[in-house]
Amino acid sequence: MTPIARPARRPEGARRLRGARRGAGGVPVALLLPALLGLAFLALPLAGLLARTPWSTLPQRLTEPGVLAALRLSLLTATLATLLCLLLGVPLAWLLARVEFPGRRLVRALVTVPLVLPPVVGGVALLLVFGRRGLIGDWLDRLFGITLPFTTTGVVLAEAFVAMPFLVIAVEGALRGADRRYEEAAATLGAGRWTTFTHVTVPLVAPGLAAGAVLCWARALGEFGATITFAGNYPGRTQTMPLAVYLALETDVEAAIVLSLILLVVSVVILAGLRDRWVSTP
Amino acid sequence: MRARTAIVAGAVALVLAGCGAAEPGSGVTGTVTVFAAASLTGSFDRIGRDFEAAHPGSTVVFNFAGSSALATQITEGAPADVFASAAPQNMTGVDSDGTPVVFARNQLVVAVPAGNPEGVRSLADLTRPGLKVALCAEQVPCGSAARRALDVAGVTLTPVTLETDVRGALAKVRLGEVDAALVYRTDTRAAASDVTTVEFPESARAVNDYPIAALADAPNPAAARAFVAHVRSAGSQSVLTEAGFQTP
Repeated sequence: MTPIARPARRPEGARRLRGARRGAGGVPVALLLPALLGLAFLALPLAGLLARTPWSTLPQRLTEPGVLAALRLSLLTATLATLLCLLLGVPLAWLLARVEFPGRRLVRALVTVPLVLPPVVGGVALLLVFGRRGLIGDWLDRLFGITLPFTTTGVVLAEAFVAMPFLVIAVEGALRGADRRYEEAAATLGAGRWTTFTHVTVPLVAPGLAAGAVLCWARALGEFGATITFAGNYPGRTQTMPLAVYLALETDVEAAIVLSLILLVVSVVILAGLRDRWVSTP
Repeated sequence: MRARTAIVAGAVALVLAGCGAAEPGSGVTGTVTVFAAASLTGSFDRIGRDFEAAHPGSTVVFNFAGSSALATQITEGAPADVFASAAPQNMTGVDSDGTPVVFARNQLVVAVPAGNPEGVRSLADLTRPGLKVALCAEQVPCGSAARRALDVAGVTLTPVTLETDVRGALAKVRLGEVDAALVYRTDTRAAASDVTTVEFPESARAVNDYPIAALADAPNPAAARAFVAHVRSAGSQSVLTEAGFQTP
Protein backbone atom coordinates (compact mmCIF):
# COMPACT_ATOMS: atom_id res chain seq x y z
CA MET A 1 0.00 0.00 0.00
CA THR A 2 2.82 2.36 0.76
CA PRO A 3 4.11 2.74 -2.84
CA ILE A 4 0.60 3.84 -3.91
CA ALA A 5 0.15 6.26 -1.03
CA ARG A 6 3.39 8.10 -1.78
CA PRO A 7 2.58 9.41 -5.29
CA ALA A 8 -0.91 10.30 -4.06
CA ARG A 9 0.60 12.95 -1.79
CA ARG A 10 2.19 14.89 -4.60
CA PRO A 11 -0.83 16.72 -6.05
CA GLU A 12 -1.88 17.58 -2.51
CA GLY A 13 1.48 19.22 -1.88
CA ALA A 14 1.27 21.12 -5.17
CA ARG A 15 -2.19 22.37 -4.25
CA ARG A 16 -0.89 23.61 -0.92
CA LEU A 17 1.92 25.46 -2.67
CA ARG A 18 -0.53 27.20 -5.02
CA GLY A 19 -2.62 28.20 -2.01
CA ALA A 20 0.42 29.72 -0.35
CA ARG A 21 1.17 31.72 -3.48
CA ARG A 22 -2.34 33.08 -3.62
CA GLY A 23 -2.11 34.09 0.07
CA ALA A 24 1.08 36.05 -0.53
CA GLY A 25 -0.63 38.03 -3.31
CA GLY A 26 -3.43 39.47 -1.19
CA VAL A 27 -2.00 40.88 2.02
CA PRO A 28 -4.56 40.97 4.83
CA VAL A 29 -5.23 44.49 6.13
CA ALA A 30 -4.90 43.21 9.70
CA LEU A 31 -1.21 42.58 9.00
CA LEU A 32 -0.51 45.40 6.60
CA LEU A 33 -1.67 48.20 8.89
CA PRO A 34 0.47 47.33 11.93
CA ALA A 35 3.36 46.56 9.59
CA LEU A 36 3.21 50.04 8.10
CA LEU A 37 2.85 51.58 11.57
CA GLY A 38 5.89 49.62 12.67
CA LEU A 39 7.84 50.89 9.70
CA ALA A 40 6.77 54.47 10.40
CA PHE A 41 7.76 54.09 14.05
CA LEU A 42 11.28 53.03 13.06
CA ALA A 43 11.70 55.44 10.16
CA LEU A 44 10.12 58.63 11.56
CA PRO A 45 12.86 59.42 14.12
CA LEU A 46 15.37 59.23 11.28
CA ALA A 47 13.17 61.55 9.20
CA GLY A 48 13.00 63.89 12.21
CA LEU A 49 16.78 64.04 12.27
CA LEU A 50 16.85 64.96 8.58
CA ALA A 51 14.11 67.55 9.02
CA ARG A 52 16.03 69.37 11.75
CA THR A 53 19.45 69.18 10.09
CA PRO A 54 20.98 72.65 9.62
CA TRP A 55 21.89 72.10 5.96
CA SER A 56 23.29 75.62 5.40
CA THR A 57 25.98 75.32 8.08
CA LEU A 58 26.56 71.61 7.47
CA PRO A 59 29.82 71.82 5.47
CA GLN A 60 31.60 74.02 7.98
CA ARG A 61 30.37 71.91 10.92
CA LEU A 62 31.57 68.72 9.28
CA THR A 63 35.10 70.03 8.94
CA GLU A 64 35.46 71.16 12.56
CA PRO A 65 38.61 69.51 13.95
CA GLY A 66 36.76 67.95 16.89
CA VAL A 67 34.25 66.28 14.60
CA LEU A 68 36.91 64.86 12.31
CA ALA A 69 38.96 63.60 15.26
CA ALA A 70 35.93 61.84 16.73
CA LEU A 71 34.96 60.35 13.36
CA ARG A 72 38.50 59.15 12.69
CA LEU A 73 38.72 57.58 16.14
CA SER A 74 35.31 55.94 15.71
CA LEU A 75 36.22 54.38 12.36
CA LEU A 76 39.60 53.21 13.69
CA THR A 77 38.31 51.68 16.92
CA ALA A 78 35.29 50.03 15.26
CA THR A 79 37.59 48.43 12.69
CA LEU A 80 40.09 47.23 15.32
CA ALA A 81 37.23 45.92 17.47
CA THR A 82 35.88 44.00 14.47
CA LEU A 83 39.31 42.47 13.79
CA LEU A 84 39.52 41.43 17.44
CA CYS A 85 36.03 39.94 17.21
CA LEU A 86 36.97 38.01 14.05
CA LEU A 87 40.11 36.69 15.71
CA LEU A 88 38.28 35.47 18.81
CA GLY A 89 34.69 35.18 17.64
CA VAL A 90 35.08 32.91 14.60
CA PRO A 91 36.82 30.13 16.57
CA LEU A 92 34.20 30.56 19.29
CA ALA A 93 31.38 30.24 16.74
CA TRP A 94 33.06 27.15 15.25
CA LEU A 95 33.31 25.62 18.70
CA LEU A 96 29.63 26.25 19.37
CA ALA A 97 28.52 24.93 15.98
CA ARG A 98 30.75 21.91 15.56
CA VAL A 99 31.85 20.54 18.91
CA GLU A 100 29.62 18.75 21.39
CA PHE A 101 30.79 19.57 24.89
CA PRO A 102 29.15 19.68 28.30
CA GLY A 103 27.65 23.09 29.11
CA ARG A 104 27.46 24.16 25.47
CA ARG A 105 24.01 25.71 25.95
CA LEU A 106 25.31 27.70 28.91
CA VAL A 107 28.30 28.91 26.89
CA ARG A 108 26.00 29.98 24.05
CA ALA A 109 23.84 31.90 26.54
CA LEU A 110 26.94 33.58 27.99
CA VAL A 111 28.12 34.59 24.53
CA THR A 112 24.85 36.38 23.83
CA VAL A 113 24.60 38.13 27.22
CA PRO A 114 26.20 41.39 25.95
CA LEU A 115 23.32 41.62 23.45
CA VAL A 116 20.78 42.22 26.19
CA LEU A 117 23.04 43.64 28.91
CA PRO A 118 22.79 47.43 29.29
CA PRO A 119 26.11 48.66 27.83
CA VAL A 120 26.79 50.70 30.99
CA VAL A 121 26.74 47.44 32.96
CA GLY A 122 29.20 46.03 30.45
CA GLY A 123 31.44 49.04 31.08
CA VAL A 124 31.27 48.55 34.85
CA ALA A 125 32.06 44.85 34.44
CA LEU A 126 35.04 45.68 32.21
CA LEU A 127 36.31 48.14 34.85
CA LEU A 128 36.07 45.45 37.53
CA VAL A 129 38.23 43.13 35.41
CA PHE A 130 40.55 45.39 33.41
CA GLY A 131 40.44 48.52 35.60
CA ARG A 132 43.38 49.62 37.71
CA ARG A 133 42.06 47.63 40.68
CA GLY A 134 40.40 44.94 38.57
CA LEU A 135 41.07 41.20 38.59
CA ILE A 136 43.44 41.36 35.62
CA GLY A 137 44.01 45.11 35.43
CA ASP A 138 45.64 45.25 38.88
CA TRP A 139 48.16 42.63 37.77
CA LEU A 140 48.77 44.34 34.40
CA ASP A 141 49.35 47.63 36.20
CA ARG A 142 51.79 46.29 38.77
CA LEU A 143 53.81 43.99 36.48
CA PHE A 144 53.84 45.92 33.22
CA GLY A 145 52.58 49.40 34.10
CA ILE A 146 49.72 48.93 31.61
CA THR A 147 46.37 50.57 32.33
CA LEU A 148 43.54 50.01 29.89
CA PRO A 149 40.87 52.51 31.03
CA PHE A 150 41.16 55.96 29.41
CA THR A 151 43.10 54.56 26.44
CA THR A 152 42.15 53.89 22.83
CA THR A 153 42.78 50.21 23.57
CA GLY A 154 40.10 50.53 26.24
CA VAL A 155 37.64 51.84 23.63
CA VAL A 156 38.42 48.87 21.36
CA LEU A 157 37.84 46.44 24.25
CA ALA A 158 34.52 48.08 25.18
CA GLU A 159 33.32 48.00 21.58
CA ALA A 160 34.45 44.41 21.04
CA PHE A 161 32.67 43.29 24.21
CA VAL A 162 29.38 44.72 23.02
CA ALA A 163 29.72 43.81 19.32
CA MET A 164 31.19 40.29 19.45
CA PRO A 165 27.85 38.46 19.93
CA PHE A 166 26.63 39.81 16.57
CA LEU A 167 29.56 38.14 14.83
CA VAL A 168 29.40 34.90 16.79
CA ILE A 169 25.67 34.43 16.19
CA ALA A 170 25.95 35.14 12.45
CA VAL A 171 28.93 32.83 11.96
CA GLU A 172 27.48 30.06 14.10
CA GLY A 173 24.25 30.19 12.09
CA ALA A 174 26.20 30.04 8.83
CA LEU A 175 28.27 27.08 10.08
CA ARG A 176 25.16 25.15 11.11
CA GLY A 177 23.58 25.80 7.72
CA ALA A 178 26.68 24.81 5.75
CA ASP A 179 26.83 21.40 4.05
CA ARG A 180 29.27 19.32 6.08
CA ARG A 181 29.84 16.85 3.24
CA TYR A 182 32.41 19.21 1.71
CA GLU A 183 34.43 19.15 4.92
CA GLU A 184 34.14 15.36 5.08
CA ALA A 185 35.25 15.07 1.45
CA ALA A 186 38.25 17.29 2.17
CA ALA A 187 39.14 15.11 5.13
CA THR A 188 38.92 11.89 3.12
CA LEU A 189 41.17 13.49 0.48
CA GLY A 190 43.81 13.90 3.17
CA ALA A 191 43.38 17.51 4.29
CA GLY A 192 44.25 18.17 7.93
CA ARG A 193 41.72 19.78 10.27
CA TRP A 194 43.29 23.22 10.02
CA THR A 195 43.54 23.04 6.21
CA THR A 196 39.93 21.89 6.03
CA PHE A 197 38.87 24.82 8.22
CA THR A 198 40.81 27.48 6.28
CA HIS A 199 40.29 26.10 2.74
CA VAL A 200 36.81 24.59 2.93
CA THR A 201 34.84 25.76 5.98
CA VAL A 202 35.73 29.47 5.88
CA PRO A 203 34.99 29.95 2.12
CA LEU A 204 31.77 27.99 2.62
CA VAL A 205 30.47 30.39 5.29
CA ALA A 206 32.05 33.52 3.77
CA PRO A 207 28.73 35.36 3.20
CA GLY A 208 27.65 34.76 6.79
CA LEU A 209 31.09 35.75 8.01
CA ALA A 210 30.98 38.99 6.04
CA ALA A 211 27.47 39.78 7.24
CA GLY A 212 28.47 39.13 10.84
CA ALA A 213 31.60 41.25 10.53
CA VAL A 214 29.73 44.21 9.05
CA LEU A 215 27.00 44.02 11.68
CA CYS A 216 29.68 43.77 14.37
CA TRP A 217 31.45 46.82 12.90
CA ALA A 218 28.22 48.83 12.79
CA ARG A 219 27.41 47.96 16.40
CA ALA A 220 30.95 48.89 17.50
CA LEU A 221 30.62 52.21 15.69
CA GLY A 222 27.49 53.08 17.67
CA GLU A 223 28.77 51.95 21.07
CA PHE A 224 28.28 54.52 23.84
CA GLY A 225 27.54 53.17 27.31
CA ALA A 226 30.42 50.76 27.77
CA THR A 227 32.85 53.21 26.20
CA ILE A 228 31.99 56.18 28.43
CA THR A 229 32.05 53.94 31.51
CA PHE A 230 35.22 51.99 30.78
CA ALA A 231 37.30 54.23 28.53
CA GLY A 232 36.07 57.67 29.59
CA ASN A 233 35.90 60.66 27.29
CA TYR A 234 39.02 62.40 26.04
CA PRO A 235 39.12 64.13 22.65
CA GLY A 236 41.35 62.36 20.14
CA ARG A 237 41.99 59.39 22.43
CA THR A 238 38.69 57.98 23.68
CA GLN A 239 36.03 60.41 22.47
CA THR A 240 34.18 58.49 19.75
CA MET A 241 31.29 59.89 17.71
CA PRO A 242 28.47 58.78 20.04
CA LEU A 243 30.26 60.45 22.97
CA ALA A 244 30.75 63.61 20.92
CA VAL A 245 27.00 63.60 20.11
CA TYR A 246 26.10 63.30 23.79
CA LEU A 247 28.36 66.19 24.80
CA ALA A 248 27.34 68.38 21.87
CA LEU A 249 23.75 68.06 23.06
CA GLU A 250 24.75 69.86 26.27
CA THR A 251 25.64 73.07 24.48
CA ASP A 252 24.63 72.99 20.83
CA VAL A 253 21.71 70.90 19.63
CA GLU A 254 22.49 71.62 15.97
CA ALA A 255 26.01 70.23 16.36
CA ALA A 256 24.53 67.11 17.95
CA ILE A 257 22.14 66.73 15.01
CA VAL A 258 24.97 67.03 12.50
CA LEU A 259 27.07 64.42 14.31
CA SER A 260 24.04 62.12 14.56
CA LEU A 261 23.43 62.55 10.84
CA ILE A 262 26.97 61.39 10.03
CA LEU A 263 26.53 58.26 12.14
CA LEU A 264 23.14 57.63 10.53
CA VAL A 265 24.52 57.95 7.00
CA VAL A 266 27.48 55.67 7.73
CA SER A 267 25.20 53.05 9.31
CA VAL A 268 22.62 53.12 6.51
CA VAL A 269 25.25 52.89 3.78
CA ILE A 270 26.88 49.91 5.50
CA LEU A 271 23.65 48.05 6.20
CA ALA A 272 22.18 48.73 2.74
CA GLY A 273 25.36 47.40 1.17
CA LEU A 274 25.01 44.35 3.37
CA ARG A 275 21.48 43.40 2.30
CA ASP A 276 22.39 41.10 -0.60
CA ARG A 277 24.94 39.20 1.39
CA TRP A 278 22.48 38.92 4.24
CA VAL A 279 19.86 37.39 1.97
CA SER A 280 22.29 34.88 0.48
CA THR A 281 23.42 33.73 3.93
CA PRO A 282 22.84 29.98 4.11
CA MET B 1 -1.08 74.53 24.23
CA ARG B 2 -1.93 71.90 26.83
CA ALA B 3 -3.08 69.46 24.16
CA ARG B 4 0.09 69.84 22.12
CA THR B 5 2.22 69.32 25.20
CA ALA B 6 0.35 66.17 26.05
CA ILE B 7 0.98 64.75 22.60
CA VAL B 8 4.67 65.58 22.66
CA ALA B 9 5.30 63.91 26.01
CA GLY B 10 2.50 61.39 26.24
CA ALA B 11 3.96 59.32 29.04
CA VAL B 12 4.36 62.19 31.48
CA ALA B 13 0.93 63.47 30.53
CA LEU B 14 -0.54 60.08 31.39
CA VAL B 15 0.99 60.26 34.84
CA LEU B 16 -0.47 63.72 35.26
CA ALA B 17 -3.89 62.60 34.06
CA GLY B 18 -3.78 59.62 36.43
CA CYS B 19 -3.06 61.41 39.65
CA GLY B 20 -3.46 65.01 38.61
CA ALA B 21 -6.98 66.32 39.12
CA ALA B 22 -5.38 69.74 39.42
CA GLU B 23 -7.84 72.60 39.62
CA PRO B 24 -6.01 75.82 38.80
CA GLY B 25 -6.94 78.67 41.08
CA SER B 26 -8.23 76.46 43.90
CA GLY B 27 -5.00 76.63 45.94
CA VAL B 28 -2.24 74.07 46.12
CA THR B 29 -3.49 70.61 45.24
CA GLY B 30 -2.72 68.01 42.62
CA THR B 31 0.58 67.14 41.11
CA VAL B 32 3.52 69.48 40.85
CA THR B 33 6.11 68.24 38.37
CA VAL B 34 9.63 69.41 39.23
CA PHE B 35 12.51 69.09 36.76
CA ALA B 36 15.65 69.33 38.87
CA ALA B 37 19.41 69.01 38.35
CA ALA B 38 20.75 65.56 39.27
CA SER B 39 22.95 67.07 42.00
CA LEU B 40 19.79 68.08 43.88
CA THR B 41 18.45 64.51 44.11
CA GLY B 42 18.90 63.83 47.84
CA SER B 43 17.98 67.29 49.09
CA PHE B 44 14.95 67.70 46.84
CA ASP B 45 13.55 64.31 47.81
CA ARG B 46 13.41 65.59 51.39
CA ILE B 47 12.16 69.03 50.39
CA GLY B 48 9.44 67.40 48.26
CA ARG B 49 8.22 65.27 51.19
CA ASP B 50 8.11 68.39 53.39
CA PHE B 51 6.07 70.17 50.70
CA GLU B 52 3.54 67.33 50.49
CA ALA B 53 3.21 67.37 54.28
CA ALA B 54 2.63 71.13 54.28
CA HIS B 55 0.09 70.95 51.44
CA PRO B 56 -2.23 67.97 51.92
CA GLY B 57 -3.66 66.79 48.61
CA SER B 58 -0.54 67.66 46.69
CA THR B 59 1.96 65.27 45.12
CA VAL B 60 5.48 66.18 44.01
CA VAL B 61 6.86 64.30 41.03
CA PHE B 62 10.57 64.74 40.25
CA ASN B 63 12.49 64.33 37.03
CA PHE B 64 16.19 64.41 37.93
CA ALA B 65 18.73 64.66 35.11
CA GLY B 66 21.51 66.86 33.79
CA SER B 67 20.41 70.50 33.61
CA SER B 68 20.97 70.76 29.85
CA ALA B 69 18.95 67.63 29.14
CA LEU B 70 16.13 68.97 31.33
CA ALA B 71 16.19 72.34 29.55
CA THR B 72 15.92 70.54 26.19
CA GLN B 73 13.00 68.44 27.44
CA ILE B 74 11.20 71.57 28.63
CA THR B 75 11.73 73.52 25.40
CA GLU B 76 10.60 70.43 23.43
CA GLY B 77 7.31 70.52 25.33
CA ALA B 78 7.59 68.27 28.39
CA PRO B 79 4.87 69.32 30.87
CA ALA B 80 6.90 70.64 33.81
CA ASP B 81 5.79 73.06 36.55
CA VAL B 82 9.15 73.96 38.08
CA PHE B 83 12.72 73.91 36.79
CA ALA B 84 15.68 73.92 39.19
CA SER B 85 18.93 74.11 37.22
CA ALA B 86 22.56 73.64 38.30
CA ALA B 87 23.63 76.58 36.14
CA PRO B 88 22.04 79.88 35.05
CA GLN B 89 22.88 79.36 31.36
CA ASN B 90 20.43 76.44 31.15
CA MET B 91 17.64 78.78 32.25
CA THR B 92 17.98 80.99 29.19
CA GLY B 93 15.69 79.75 26.47
CA VAL B 94 13.25 78.29 28.99
CA ASP B 95 10.06 80.35 29.39
CA SER B 96 9.71 81.00 33.09
CA ASP B 97 6.92 82.64 35.05
CA GLY B 98 8.91 85.57 36.46
CA THR B 99 12.68 85.89 36.86
CA PRO B 100 14.56 82.78 38.04
CA VAL B 101 16.02 83.17 41.54
CA VAL B 102 19.24 81.66 42.86
CA PHE B 103 18.39 79.36 45.79
CA ALA B 104 21.69 77.51 46.30
CA ARG B 105 25.35 77.55 45.36
CA ASN B 106 27.73 74.67 44.90
CA GLN B 107 31.48 74.84 45.25
CA LEU B 108 34.15 72.65 43.70
CA VAL B 109 36.43 70.45 45.77
CA VAL B 110 39.03 67.82 44.94
CA ALA B 111 37.77 64.31 45.58
CA VAL B 112 40.47 61.73 46.29
CA PRO B 113 40.19 58.07 47.37
CA ALA B 114 39.49 57.61 51.10
CA GLY B 115 42.50 58.57 53.24
CA ASN B 116 44.10 60.57 50.41
CA PRO B 117 46.83 57.99 49.56
CA GLU B 118 48.59 60.34 47.11
CA GLY B 119 48.73 63.20 49.62
CA VAL B 120 46.92 65.76 47.43
CA ARG B 121 46.84 69.16 49.19
CA SER B 122 46.21 71.69 46.44
CA LEU B 123 45.19 72.15 42.81
CA ALA B 124 48.88 72.35 41.85
CA ASP B 125 49.41 68.83 43.27
CA LEU B 126 47.13 67.53 40.53
CA THR B 127 49.78 68.25 37.91
CA ARG B 128 52.17 65.74 39.47
CA PRO B 129 53.42 63.26 36.81
CA GLY B 130 51.70 59.90 36.92
CA LEU B 131 48.72 61.23 38.85
CA LYS B 132 45.49 60.38 37.04
CA VAL B 133 42.86 63.14 37.21
CA ALA B 134 39.25 63.16 36.01
CA LEU B 135 37.52 66.43 35.14
CA CYS B 136 34.06 67.16 33.75
CA ALA B 137 33.86 68.20 30.10
CA GLU B 138 33.60 71.97 29.68
CA GLN B 139 30.16 71.59 28.09
CA VAL B 140 28.66 70.65 31.47
CA PRO B 141 28.49 72.96 34.52
CA CYS B 142 31.05 71.14 36.69
CA GLY B 143 33.47 71.28 33.76
CA SER B 144 33.12 75.01 33.15
CA ALA B 145 33.51 75.62 36.90
CA ALA B 146 36.66 73.48 36.90
CA ARG B 147 38.03 75.47 33.94
CA ARG B 148 37.48 78.74 35.86
CA ALA B 149 39.13 77.38 39.01
CA LEU B 150 42.17 76.09 37.11
CA ASP B 151 42.50 79.38 35.25
CA VAL B 152 42.34 81.37 38.49
CA ALA B 153 44.96 79.11 40.06
CA GLY B 154 47.14 79.27 36.94
CA VAL B 155 47.28 75.48 36.87
CA THR B 156 47.49 73.54 33.61
CA LEU B 157 46.79 69.86 33.89
CA THR B 158 46.10 67.03 31.50
CA PRO B 159 43.22 64.89 32.74
CA VAL B 160 42.85 61.28 31.63
CA THR B 161 39.14 61.78 30.98
CA LEU B 162 36.57 64.56 30.58
CA GLU B 163 33.44 63.04 32.05
CA THR B 164 29.98 63.91 30.78
CA ASP B 165 28.65 64.59 34.28
CA VAL B 166 29.95 65.11 37.79
CA ARG B 167 28.74 61.70 39.00
CA GLY B 168 30.84 60.03 36.31
CA ALA B 169 33.95 61.83 37.54
CA LEU B 170 33.20 60.89 41.15
CA ALA B 171 32.53 57.25 40.20
CA LYS B 172 36.00 57.00 38.67
CA VAL B 173 37.48 58.07 42.05
CA ARG B 174 35.29 55.64 43.98
CA LEU B 175 36.38 52.79 41.71
CA GLY B 176 40.03 53.77 42.15
CA GLU B 177 40.53 54.34 38.41
CA VAL B 178 41.72 57.92 38.95
CA ASP B 179 43.64 59.48 41.85
CA ALA B 180 41.61 62.69 41.96
CA ALA B 181 38.64 64.46 40.41
CA LEU B 182 37.21 67.95 40.58
CA VAL B 183 33.61 67.60 41.76
CA TYR B 184 31.08 69.48 43.88
CA ARG B 185 31.26 69.50 47.64
CA THR B 186 27.73 68.06 47.79
CA ASP B 187 28.87 65.04 45.80
CA THR B 188 31.78 64.18 48.10
CA ARG B 189 29.55 64.62 51.13
CA ALA B 190 27.14 62.03 49.75
CA ALA B 191 30.07 59.65 49.09
CA ALA B 192 31.95 60.31 52.34
CA SER B 193 32.69 56.62 53.03
CA ASP B 194 34.63 56.20 49.77
CA VAL B 195 36.26 59.56 49.15
CA THR B 196 38.11 62.24 51.05
CA THR B 197 37.49 65.91 50.31
CA VAL B 198 40.34 68.34 49.69
CA GLU B 199 39.23 71.98 49.72
CA PHE B 200 41.16 74.57 47.72
CA PRO B 201 40.90 78.36 47.96
CA GLU B 202 40.51 78.99 44.21
CA SER B 203 37.11 77.25 44.27
CA ALA B 204 35.63 80.44 45.75
CA ARG B 205 36.03 81.91 42.26
CA ALA B 206 34.29 78.98 40.58
CA VAL B 207 30.99 78.71 42.41
CA ASN B 208 27.95 77.46 40.51
CA ASP B 209 24.64 79.23 41.06
CA TYR B 210 21.46 77.13 41.13
CA PRO B 211 18.45 79.09 39.84
CA ILE B 212 14.83 77.96 40.23
CA ALA B 213 11.70 79.16 38.43
CA ALA B 214 8.03 78.31 37.98
CA LEU B 215 7.49 77.74 34.26
CA ALA B 216 5.28 79.85 31.99
CA ASP B 217 3.54 76.74 30.59
CA ALA B 218 3.14 75.08 34.00
CA PRO B 219 0.09 72.78 34.01
CA ASN B 220 -0.33 73.57 37.73
CA PRO B 221 0.78 77.22 38.13
CA ALA B 222 -0.42 77.73 41.72
CA ALA B 223 1.48 74.67 42.95
CA ALA B 224 4.50 75.67 40.88
CA ARG B 225 4.72 79.06 42.60
CA ALA B 226 4.13 77.46 46.00
CA PHE B 227 6.94 74.97 45.41
CA VAL B 228 9.42 77.70 44.46
CA ALA B 229 8.50 79.61 47.64
CA HIS B 230 8.89 76.41 49.66
CA VAL B 231 12.43 75.80 48.30
CA ARG B 232 13.39 79.33 49.41
CA SER B 233 11.94 78.85 52.92
CA ALA B 234 14.24 78.57 55.94
CA GLY B 235 13.48 74.86 56.41
CA SER B 236 14.43 73.93 52.84
CA GLN B 237 17.51 76.14 52.93
CA SER B 238 18.80 74.26 55.98
CA VAL B 239 18.22 70.94 54.18
CA LEU B 240 20.39 72.30 51.36
CA THR B 241 23.20 73.52 53.64
CA GLU B 242 23.21 70.15 55.38
CA ALA B 243 23.86 68.54 51.99
CA GLY B 244 26.85 70.81 51.43
CA PHE B 245 25.28 73.62 49.42
CA GLN B 246 25.85 77.26 50.22
CA THR B 247 22.68 79.31 50.38
CA PRO B 248 22.27 82.93 49.35
